[in-house]
Amino acid sequence: MPLVNWLKRRLVVIAGLLTLAYLLLPNVVVTVFSFNKPKGRFNYAWQQFSLDAWKQPCGVADMCGSLSISLQIAVWATIGATVLGTMIAFALVRYRFRARGAVNSLIFLPMAMPEVVMAASLLTLFLNMGAQLGFYTILIAHIMFCLSFVVTAVKARVMSMDPRLEEAARDLYAGPLQTFLRVTLPIAAPGIAAGALLSFALSFDDFIITNFNAGSTVTFPMFVWGSAQRGTPVQINVIGTAMFLVAVLITLFSMVVTNRRTKHNA
Amino acid sequence: MTTPDNSGDVRLSGISKTYDNGFTAVHPLDLTVPQGSFFALLGASGCGKTTTLRMIAGLEEPTTGAVHLGDQEVTHLPPYKRPVNTVFQSYALFPHLDIFENVAFGLRRRGIKSVKKQVEDMLDLVQLGEQARKKPHQLSGGQQQRVAVARALINHPKVLLLDEPLGALDLKLRRQMQLELKRIQTEVGITFVHVTHDQEEAMTMADTVAVMNAGRVEQLGSPTDLYENPNTTFVANFLGTSNLIEAEVDTTNGDDIVLEAGGGKLVLPKARCSAPTKAGGKVLVGIRPEKISLTHADDADRIPEGRNRLTGRIADASFIGVSTQYVIDSPVCDELAVYVQNVERDGRLVPGADVVLHWSPAHTFGLDADQDIDAGTEEEAAA
Repeated sequence: MPLVNWLKRRLVVIAGLLTLAYLLLPNVVVTVFSFNKPKGRFNYAWQQFSLDAWKQPCGVADMCGSLSISLQIAVWATIGATVLGTMIAFALVRYRFRARGAVNSLIFLPMAMPEVVMAASLLTLFLNMGAQLGFYTILIAHIMFCLSFVVTAVKARVMSMDPRLEEAARDLYAGPLQTFLRVTLPIAAPGIAAGALLSFALSFDDFIITNFNAGSTVTFPMFVWGSAQRGTPVQINVIGTAMFLVAVLITLFSMVVTNRRTKHNA
Repeated sequence: MTTPDNSGDVRLSGISKTYDNGFTAVHPLDLTVPQGSFFALLGASGCGKTTTLRMIAGLEEPTTGAVHLGDQEVTHLPPYKRPVNTVFQSYALFPHLDIFENVAFGLRRRGIKSVKKQVEDMLDLVQLGEQARKKPHQLSGGQQQRVAVARALINHPKVLLLDEPLGALDLKLRRQMQLELKRIQTEVGITFVHVTHDQEEAMTMADTVAVMNAGRVEQLGSPTDLYENPNTTFVANFLGTSNLIEAEVDTTNGDDIVLEAGGGKLVLPKARCSAPTKAGGKVLVGIRPEKISLTHADDADRIPEGRNRLTGRIADASFIGVSTQYVIDSPVCDELAVYVQNVERDGRLVPGADVVLHWSPAHTFGLDADQDIDAGTEEEAAA
């Protein structure tokens, strides 16, 4: 009986820990296998501990090149989608114009449409236009599907914003530009940041649309897919682990900053 | 010789506001608020008072007419170029800035570098020196309100506009802030234009009150003037309570008008009647509930001569401490309100008792009978 009671009292904690384990286990496997020294070409069975891959992260032909392309596309797609998406969100919330309702729902289409359908139709479009497939077609495609996520994130923030704040700024001698920079933008910033982070992750991650519209360009997800056919270099796990660590560090950093701020204010 | 400073005058000439959907919030309006005065725009919600305020602030462009501040025309100037600041209804404090930066906002936008001393002095004036580094959401409603006032006043505007600034506060705090705002206004000597729907607030604070209804100013004057001598049924009912009795003009007798209501005679000074009076015409006779004395019908012969009288029966009496409020059924009007101070209570004045209501003719006012007799009452507002 004491065991049952003990379980009862800790049920929420246990359930939480189990869920966390479920979420993190794949990451743990990726990390552990980045220290493996596989026998054959496939990194699927544990052999022995080794730091070889960490010492030479770019030791595999073409991998770091594809990583660099993916990072570049992700950065530009994030910038493009965030700027455009923020403007669209403001327009949708603040202004009344013809077809506003239609735009409002159409903007969510890329989120709802099966990715493979969109990928195929984009390819058709690019081919018909005679566009050269490669870096720029990937970028255009990524900006397009990131847009809806940015619009959603920013719109929620702008909608909850009191329009009187901007009136107050104008009343207190801030011109239109100053009002935007000093009041509108800082208040909308969390929504914009969320949209940007989401865009970066989506773009860096994307395989289907990219694969259709890449031409001879190879992004990191495409490289991983390609190599998985022939053998998986340990370096893939190194890159995966490194990205995971960067994400964790960013999260920790923002948590520390928020904590400091609340403590400072209290 | 110095010419009197009129740079804080607000002059509205013929301004009106019609929105794109055709709704006219403010009908052409002329208004002058003299420098240094505390001016209140009073009215129910939707009467156009806030729109009028926003046109002075520059947040709304008038459809017609002009706005002058002193000798300067500002009709088409954007808000950030007007020497006017606003205290908004929900305060509109910048949530991402701390109290210090909120108050410093206007100074910084005008390129003033050394703001520390000024901001600290201003925060001390509103007793918030300790809270400078807190964010707005960490303050109570009353404190936020004071920040909003400080943020506006630090710019030394020619005119301070207050849009229902006390609406979100509880009653006790509101009373306190009314006195506080009045004190600040006297101290800094700036013209205050205050928008409110609370008639008590307007009367306590303002030197001059403009009562607005449906986009028009019904009457403008000092609080006493408006209360004692309303010109329309709306003002009579909206400011406090009025008993309005329909009567017919009998004769005009020197400075007085003699009226007939329900077979009795009522006297009304000519100067206190805003309606045209020709023999046989109808007039609404008004009298405030606290001006009426109640005497039990048995003692009717002790009432001095020369007072206006009506007979009636007490329908209801409610004791509220400082006074007793009676509702009287009378042949001329079925629900007359009478407030009697609880000085010497007559034990016979209970529901069902026959009474005589009497008051001095000097307290009577006369209104045009062509108006809606219920305009501005709470029943009308609820409908």
